[in-house]
Amino acid sequence: MATQAAHASHAHAHAHTVKRYKGLMDWLTTVDHKKIGILYLLAGFIFFIVGGLEAILIRIQLMKPMNDFVAADTFNELITMHGTTMIFLAAMPMLFALMNAVVPLQIGARDVAFPFLNALGFWTFFFGGVLLNISWFVGEVPDAGWTSYVPLAGPTFNGTHGVDYYVIGLQIAGIGTLLGGINFMATIINMRAPGMSFMRMPMFTWAIFVTSILIVFAFPALTVGLVALMFDRLFQANFFETGSGGNTVLWEHVFWIFGHPEVYILILPAFGVISEVVSTFSRKRLFGYSSMVFALVLIAFLGFMVWAHHMFTTGLGPVANALFSIATMLIAVPTGVKIFNWLFTLWGGSIKFTTASLFAIGFIPTFVLGGVTGVMLASAPADYQYHDTYFVVAHFHYVIVGGLILGIFAGLHYWWPKMFGRMLNEGLGKLTFWTFFIGFHLTFFVQHFLGLLGMPRRVWTYLPNQGFDTMNLISSIGAFLMGIGTIVFVINVIVTWAKPRNAEADAWEDGRSLEWSIPSPPPEYNFKQLPLVRGSDAWWKEKREGKTEMTPAEPLGPIHMPSPSILPFIMSVGLFVAGFGFMYHIYWLAGLGILITFACMFLRSVFDDHGFHIDPEEEVHA
Amino acid sequence: MKRILPLLAGMALLLSACGRSDLSTLDPQGPIAQRQYDLMKISISIMTLVVVVVFAICIYVLIRFRRRKGDKTIPKQVEGNHKLEIIWTIVPIILLIILGVPTVQSVFGMATDYSKDKDAIQVKVTSHLYWWEFEYPQYGVTTGQELVVPTGKKISFELVAADVKHAFWIPSIGGKMDTNPGMSNRMYLEFPEEGVYRGKCAELCGPSHALMDFKAKSVSPESFDKWIAAMKAPAVMPADPKLAETFRAKCLACHAVGDQGTNGAPNLTGVGSRQTIAGILYNSDVVKDPQPEDKTAEQNIKDWITDPQKYKPGNMMPSAADNQLTQDEIDGIAKYLAGYKLDY
Amino acid sequence: MSAHGHVEGQLPHEPEKATLEGRNKILGFWIFLGAEVVLFGTLFSAFIALRHQVLDGPHASELFELPTVFAATMILLTSSLMSVFAVQAMHKNQVKSMIWWLVLTVLLGLSFLVLEIVEFNTYVSEGHRMNTSAFSSSFYTLVGFHGGHVLFGVLWISLLIAQIFKKGLTVVTAPKIYLSAIYWHFIDVVWVFIFTVVYLMGKVG
Repeated sequence: MATQAAHASHAHAHAHTVKRYKGLMDWLTTVDHKKIGILYLLAGFIFFIVGGLEAILIRIQLMKPMNDFVAADTFNELITMHGTTMIFLAAMPMLFALMNAVVPLQIGARDVAFPFLNALGFWTFFFGGVLLNISWFVGEVPDAGWTSYVPLAGPTFNGTHGVDYYVIGLQIAGIGTLLGGINFMATIINMRAPGMSFMRMPMFTWAIFVTSILIVFAFPALTVGLVALMFDRLFQANFFETGSGGNTVLWEHVFWIFGHPEVYILILPAFGVISEVVSTFSRKRLFGYSSMVFALVLIAFLGFMVWAHHMFTTGLGPVANALFSIATMLIAVPTGVKIFNWLFTLWGGSIKFTTASLFAIGFIPTFVLGGVTGVMLASAPADYQYHDTYFVVAHFHYVIVGGLILGIFAGLHYWWPKMFGRMLNEGLGKLTFWTFFIGFHLTFFVQHFLGLLGMPRRVWTYLPNQGFDTMNLISSIGAFLMGIGTIVFVINVIVTWAKPRNAEADAWEDGRSLEWSIPSPPPEYNFKQLPLVRGSDAWWKEKREGKTEMTPAEPLGPIHMPSPSILPFIMSVGLFVAGFGFMYHIYWLAGLGILITFACMFLRSVFDDHGFHIDPEEEVHA
Repeated sequence: MKRILPLLAGMALLLSACGRSDLSTLDPQGPIAQRQYDLMKISISIMTLVVVVVFAICIYVLIRFRRRKGDKTIPKQVEGNHKLEIIWTIVPIILLIILGVPTVQSVFGMATDYSKDKDAIQVKVTSHLYWWEFEYPQYGVTTGQELVVPTGKKISFELVAADVKHAFWIPSIGGKMDTNPGMSNRMYLEFPEEGVYRGKCAELCGPSHALMDFKAKSVSPESFDKWIAAMKAPAVMPADPKLAETFRAKCLACHAVGDQGTNGAPNLTGVGSRQTIAGILYNSDVVKDPQPEDKTAEQNIKDWITDPQKYKPGNMMPSAADNQLTQDEIDGIAKYLAGYKLDY
Repeated sequence: MSAHGHVEGQLPHEPEKATLEGRNKILGFWIFLGAEVVLFGTLFSAFIALRHQVLDGPHASELFELPTVFAATMILLTSSLMSVFAVQAMHKNQVKSMIWWLVLTVLLGLSFLVLEIVEFNTYVSEGHRMNTSAFSSSFYTLVGFHGGHVLFGVLWISLLIAQIFKKGLTVVTAPKIYLSAIYWHFIDVVWVFIFTVVYLMGKVG
């Protein structure tokens, strides 16, 4: 880290002029983690709206028995796209938005380790998502569920291009995710400011670090699964074709070896957000910091050992079922540690109820409900009853919406001033919270009971007289309320946009980590001088000692910045084009797309990026 | 938070209803479902304990430690508390052991293999898009859509899928097991009481996954023997030779009655005495609790033959128009099939 | 952070680690290889699960010709050794000999690819195609993925040789050479597993 400072100081001798773009081109070429964070948020939120609309259509269809609002095949397309969109294109990008916006600031870095790859990761995710959703316009939509179990998703029983869109869209988006994981792991290991040891890192950064490890080791399994399914569908391979010796259970294994860690990829960042928000708004340091870190690592480790609990009814035999039952139950222990640590962070604190803290506090009991149903599901023999029913639907929505989405909302309201320099309106924010929160419980609490009463999941409709009618109606009403909550949030964003950009650096006054020591929004280079970190809760420590800014770890001098580049965008377009080429067997098009991507890689390798320099002092004077 | 408690109370009320006894997992009708229900009760009790503790601390904290307006005091910065942290590590482990032991016992208990047991009834279940085939290899009998079993015996199932993956589930009798293409699974169930139970497909299998219902009917061992005998009896064909010829040509290409036809589609032997047509159209003249919207078996068969896609989108059965059946033929076949009852 | 920080002076002993960018790249690349391990691990698992499903196609023991595969193995191992020498030359700042070692690395990599293409051609003519059986699909996917990695490595190292000619050995080019060497060893290690799991175990049955 010291050399970083040293370089910055004597690098001005080699200043280069770099073309800087404005307007749209600025956004297409940016490699600034803060702007990429905003891009992730924008794209992720748009997909969140799309997935939400799909959810509303699903709930309208299920509002009453034997409804014919949508056709059976359309319904299967809706559930497939809802799940896929929400997980891969809404939840993960919004997490990436937060990690991009916050992690480099929290560790006192000027950018991520690989700014170019960061941009590439965003654009591949974006074009993968666009490709997947083009299926709606083509009219051939994936319809085998977000898990795409074979043979239903295989070529024999799924002749349209629907599942091809799923396979190729996710493959392209998955590249972006993997790059993000590698990038943030490297960033957190290598780019921490002087004095920022691992055990002084804010809990959000820890959560993102562990999440990145999970991404790196889980996503390649999905890549292989998707390649195999793609080969089966496009090149007559036989991975999953039982008639030719293929094995359908293999898909389930590969999918869930990725899929279960994916669950923790989604929830761990939310844990991180909650830790930050709870501690800030109770004006207390996080209770049991080391056990929180240990719990994170343990959850991640166990997360790789439990995939087969999604397959208790597949027929793996009693030994596997017993082992995976016990392994799954074990995860409850570190998770419980986290819950109690949050509660005892609040205990004895001075709790301020802002929108962000409401979401965080709402998260705790909600996530506990999702967690305990998780333990119930871990008991394999009982799972024979729960599996593939609305009980499971209720459980994972409690974890993903009640956990992750509440966490994301908490994080957005909390870091909004840091990202945009404007405070979101608290009144509208609290309205968002209450409508969304009540709507959420209304929607999903009853679904536990629907499952127990015998309603399977993924059903397009249900016969009357089965005792399902009232609860389904309640559930649908709740869904509308969640929709209203989301609309209020959008209104809040628009209203805030019209307000002056006047957020304080330490916008909530009780900020503890480094991001609150620099202006909101931060300058392009984040830190004029890299800060010296003297303890955990670095900024809080300085404030308590009466300081108004961090102690610098380097002299003031010109700051080296990476150049913007359009190549990440074009590379992703290349993959997008190639995807269509493969899907429709137009091989020259596939070749062209791959060529575009490789040409960009060639250019990137041959032409060195010298970057440019910003002199913070000049900027101030100019 | 505070909203959840009244909701919980409301749910407790709902729970007391427990749904239909022939469908709900909360009103078990057999030992397997009972064992699963017991596990649910243990886990729900433990989990309620956890939830109550967390909620109580949460509510207390939120009320007790609210920030008053203008309060600038800085609370004591507590690093942690080893005693507390050990407590909330150890207690969950103990709770999990309480749940884990019966879990493991039941996993192995339910996996007992009765396929070689001479006293057990062997049933091979084959799932199709979107219907169920039940074969009784000990008796050389095959039926469709309505599983008939004797009470008091172990029913040993071999489960396999003919096309895509499905899952075989009779909630009130016992949990589900997937039917995989290309490999078979085993499970067993017991039906202590006579009755008709609702069965469902629990794995997404296509547009009509939601409608892939079946019935499991448990009867006394004597009735079961009579049923087997009736199933093995020669087919009763339509009395009118012309209609019989049409039936043979148009229907028995895929279906079977008695010793006639093939089992490419649900076996129709004694279809008139089944609870439903196609698993979902309840026969008002057969079921015990007919609903106002239910129709007679004859009408249901007519509706179904005329336009199967209307009732089960994506199923393999051709419509009457595609099958070139006249209205008279439809009426004749419906009347014949509705009257094809088995005495057991 | 500037890449040009050391150009004026003597190139340091380990030029690849001289800059933060260089160190980032090396760390990031190791993480990437971690992901690659999972990728190949999953491909291996799929292959192991499906390798007996030969249907009407030829069985592994009839198909594989160990001498050719053994030759390919030796070629790739030697190639890996060449890249070790290249990095050693780089650490001694002997640019010319480094380039020669790299050229040898590429040439050996290319001959490995030629052998593999010939091998695949023979298999196809013997009725062992992508769509023959689950065994053939998983075989071609696993070994093909490795072959694709070799091809990428050959192109990459060739490009780096050209860059060294043009730009010389600097703190910018050095990390690239170093990374390509790590990559090349990784490919080699994967091949050792393929040789064992696919070919030797295939012969044994």
